[in-house]
Amino acid sequence: MSRVVVVGGGPAGMAAARAAAACGVGVVLVDSGRKLGGQYLRQDGLASEDRFSPAAAFADRESAPSAALAGFEASRSAALREATLSAASRRFALPDNVEHVADASVWAVEAVDGGHRVHVRVGATDDPSRTGRVFATRALVLATGAYDRALPFPGWDLPGVFTAGAAQALAKGQGVAVGDRVLVGGTGPFLLPVAASLVGAGARVVGVAEANAAVTGWLRRPAGALAGWSKSGELARYAGVLARHRVPYRSRTAVVAAHGSECVESVTVARLDRGWNPVPGTRRRVEADAVAVGFGFTPQLELAVAARCAIVDGFVAVDAAQGTSVRGVFAAGELTGIGGADLADAEGEVAGTAAAKLLGAEAEPPLRAMGRVRSGRRFAEALAAAYPVRSGWQEWLRDDTVVCRCEEVTRRALYRAIDERDVGSVRSLRLVSGAGLGLCQGRVCGQNVAELAGIDDPAAFARRPIAAPLRMSELAEVVSESESINAEAGGTPLGVEY
Amino acid sequence: MQVRWDGEEVEAEAGQTVAGVLLAKGVRSWRTTRGAGRPRGLFCGIGVCFDCLVRVNGVPDVRACQRLVADGDDIRPQSGAELPS
Amino acid sequence: MSRIESADVVVIGAGIIGAACAEALSAAGLRVLVLDRGAPADATTASGEGNVLLSDKGPGPELDLATASRRRWPDLLATLRDELGDELAQVEWEPKGGLVVATAEEAVGPLADLAYRQRQFGVEAVDLDAAAARELEPHLTDRVLAAAHYPQDAQVHPVLATTALLAAVRARGGEVRGGVEAHGLVFESGGAVCGVRVAEGAVPCAAVVNACGPWAGHFSVAAGAAIEVLPRRGTVLVTGPLPPVVNRKVYAADYVSAVASRDVDLQVSAVVESTATGTVLIGSSRQRVGFDDTLEVEVLRRLAHNAIGLFPVLAGVPVMRAYSGFRPYTPDRLPVIGEDPRVPGLWHATGHEGAGIGLAPATGRLLADLLCGRKPEVDPLPFRVDRPTVIVGPEVER
Repeated sequence: MSRVVVVGGGPAGMAAARAAAACGVGVVLVDSGRKLGGQYLRQDGLASEDRFSPAAAFADRESAPSAALAGFEASRSAALREATLSAASRRFALPDNVEHVADASVWAVEAVDGGHRVHVRVGATDDPSRTGRVFATRALVLATGAYDRALPFPGWDLPGVFTAGAAQALAKGQGVAVGDRVLVGGTGPFLLPVAASLVGAGARVVGVAEANAAVTGWLRRPAGALAGWSKSGELARYAGVLARHRVPYRSRTAVVAAHGSECVESVTVARLDRGWNPVPGTRRRVEADAVAVGFGFTPQLELAVAARCAIVDGFVAVDAAQGTSVRGVFAAGELTGIGGADLADAEGEVAGTAAAKLLGAEAEPPLRAMGRVRSGRRFAEALAAAYPVRSGWQEWLRDDTVVCRCEEVTRRALYRAIDERDVGSVRSLRLVSGAGLGLCQGRVCGQNVAELAGIDDPAAFARRPIAAPLRMSELAEVVSESESINAEAGGTPLGVEY
Repeated sequence: MQVRWDGEEVEAEAGQTVAGVLLAKGVRSWRTTRGAGRPRGLFCGIGVCFDCLVRVNGVPDVRACQRLVADGDDIRPQSGAELPS
Repeated sequence: MSRIESADVVVIGAGIIGAACAEALSAAGLRVLVLDRGAPADATTASGEGNVLLSDKGPGPELDLATASRRRWPDLLATLRDELGDELAQVEWEPKGGLVVATAEEAVGPLADLAYRQRQFGVEAVDLDAAAARELEPHLTDRVLAAAHYPQDAQVHPVLATTALLAAVRARGGEVRGGVEAHGLVFESGGAVCGVRVAEGAVPCAAVVNACGPWAGHFSVAAGAAIEVLPRRGTVLVTGPLPPVVNRKVYAADYVSAVASRDVDLQVSAVVESTATGTVLIGSSRQRVGFDDTLEVEVLRRLAHNAIGLFPVLAGVPVMRAYSGFRPYTPDRLPVIGEDPRVPGLWHATGHEGAGIGLAPATGRLLADLLCGRKPEVDPLPFRVDRPTVIVGPEVER
């Protein structure tokens, strides 16, 4: 009997695995991390059992209200630790019919007769001696999540400049603050939990710089879709943490330069106008040894693109059952639109149910989850509208500012390639300038380079048939299928009657 | 457990990443770029940017932010592009 | 966007062949317009490794064309430097030479024989034993039995070369338009070409060059004069950036037979070379699968396996990306360069399989010579359009 294969162990992937398993279908859940949780539900890497780190519990929704009021120290109390522990283990538990393949790097998705093959290397990250596995499936759920969008600025390639996600991952996952005096900048509500996690990890957060205008009433009177997120009090808790630790939150402000010879020693912060151009006369130096910047998120599209799923406005297009344009491939979570953990969870449940149905399982249509998806999508749209990235960021750059970190391509070199060579496509732009041809294959610079070149194609750099690097010897290995497509098992066609 | 960083013995715990060990030690950069020889360390922290490359047990191009330490690991800085030894 | 007025010659296809033809025609004083339905240098040319080889061709017309082309490359680049300046004419030209390697006993004899015959033809081909081969390439496998060194082989950056050629066309008063598809031809009452049909109408011209690469067959049908040019898919692996590992283009002796094979099935032969940024390109594969560019893991696996067979040190390096492209393939494996006998004013310059980059300068020159009525350097007969395997069907209704 064939199984559903789910790629990604964050909120969407876990929900999909659970939902498919609940329909009686076997599931293989492939995840790159050692522990489940993805980014949003990042666990304490050092704990021997599933749990959230103290830094995470500090501002996490699972912690009892008293923790937020009493501060970081309260989370050390035994009772609270217990509560946090059992909540976390529940959160990360998977049913028996889910095979959890951890430490797994999915490097290719290949279309085959009747479905797809998922090619995986299992073992220590980037190690040449990992084990190869291949899972073929008729029902593939992609829940590969998203990563921070970073915008370039002079000095952003100095050690000490991180993405907001890095600050969060190190604080929650490793119990390490990325600096002693950290400035958090970028746009979007995600900056708040990042600042809170940094405080929880022992850093002094010297400020939060939000590039857009403050969304008035967001905290106190969130309307409609935003109510979902704020109702839990989550947002208020983060704001409370910042207020208690006197972390200034400034809107229409951004880090426009970082300074230092071998690492960050100070930054320049400036006020921005509506278009994100620095307002003359407002630049000021701030002492900091770390900057954590995040300008929203970019979905990890390469597996969806490899499977030939239709991409619309930079996200995987899905129907009401989370089905993509390709029969047998479903997508859930940030892949379909940036909307946070609750929406990811709801989409995962819908996708997992639909995947199970495709393999022949009986299942009630997940109406409640679909309702949560609809309202979650409204929230996602409100989020995108409230925190856009505006093109004035291009004014922060100098000629010698690196725009492609991997290949050290400066803005000057990029413009030369565009102007002199009259390159009209992303492909030739990459080949001529070198931008996007390094190990990250355009993940970090792609959207920025496309915007600088005036090419309106957010998914332009997402064509990566080799989705993650692997060693030549690993690629040369003959790997037989751990999982085959079962041609006899029936299945309801896609386009299910919900 | 014990690992070695640039020849020096360092205490580490199960579940720590190479980046976690290095940052906790106050080390912020552990490689230099191929072109301009500029220092780099952690950037995205979640395995997508490939900035945090380090040499582990003789093999270069290992992402420090994702790689969990194992007892006896020999971790060294990476200079530009390198071949496995 | 301004209307396209008219041109003496319209070249359809802004890849390396179209660009080389346009350059040669504009050098002859003609007003040239280059059209491409996509961006210039964005299709087959962008998938190329940039090979300029004599080593992989046995004596025959293709080697003639390759020899003339290899001679012309440095002259052409010097002209571009004069006209455009050093920076724009920078195409990463590397006359680094090639090494063909035999690792199986049965390949040794044929390799020596090929080198001998090539030498009679005037190609520099030096027989090497295993030790000499490893002196040239220290990382080469110790299973090498014999090798042949070709100092004349070179490499160039295909996209940089193409965009430089197109810049010269513009500098001489020509035009290059991406994003414009040619839908067919316009004929005058006598039956000769007098224009090209595009979305906004027709562009008057006296001649049209079909330089559409693997789509040349498709365009030839639209033009009313079908020729047999088919896609032959190739896949390339790219490693992460490395310190110097491979000094020249190195490939296995069975490459030549892979190129020559008429098989539809997968032909894989090891080809390894480095680039200016330190990445190593690994090829090569040949498959007739139409225009399907989806990844096949088995093809990647075989490429990786073969690469390690030639350079064991590559076993531990990261494979960073892979991409496919389509070579334009003709059934008798020779390019098509010349006027179509069925349609006066329609010219073809296509069918170069995997050798387009290397053969471009001589192709452009040959086409310009024929079109301008000059005596060509290279014998055009083997490349004529009306070969039985290339020309399709009788006179076509227009």
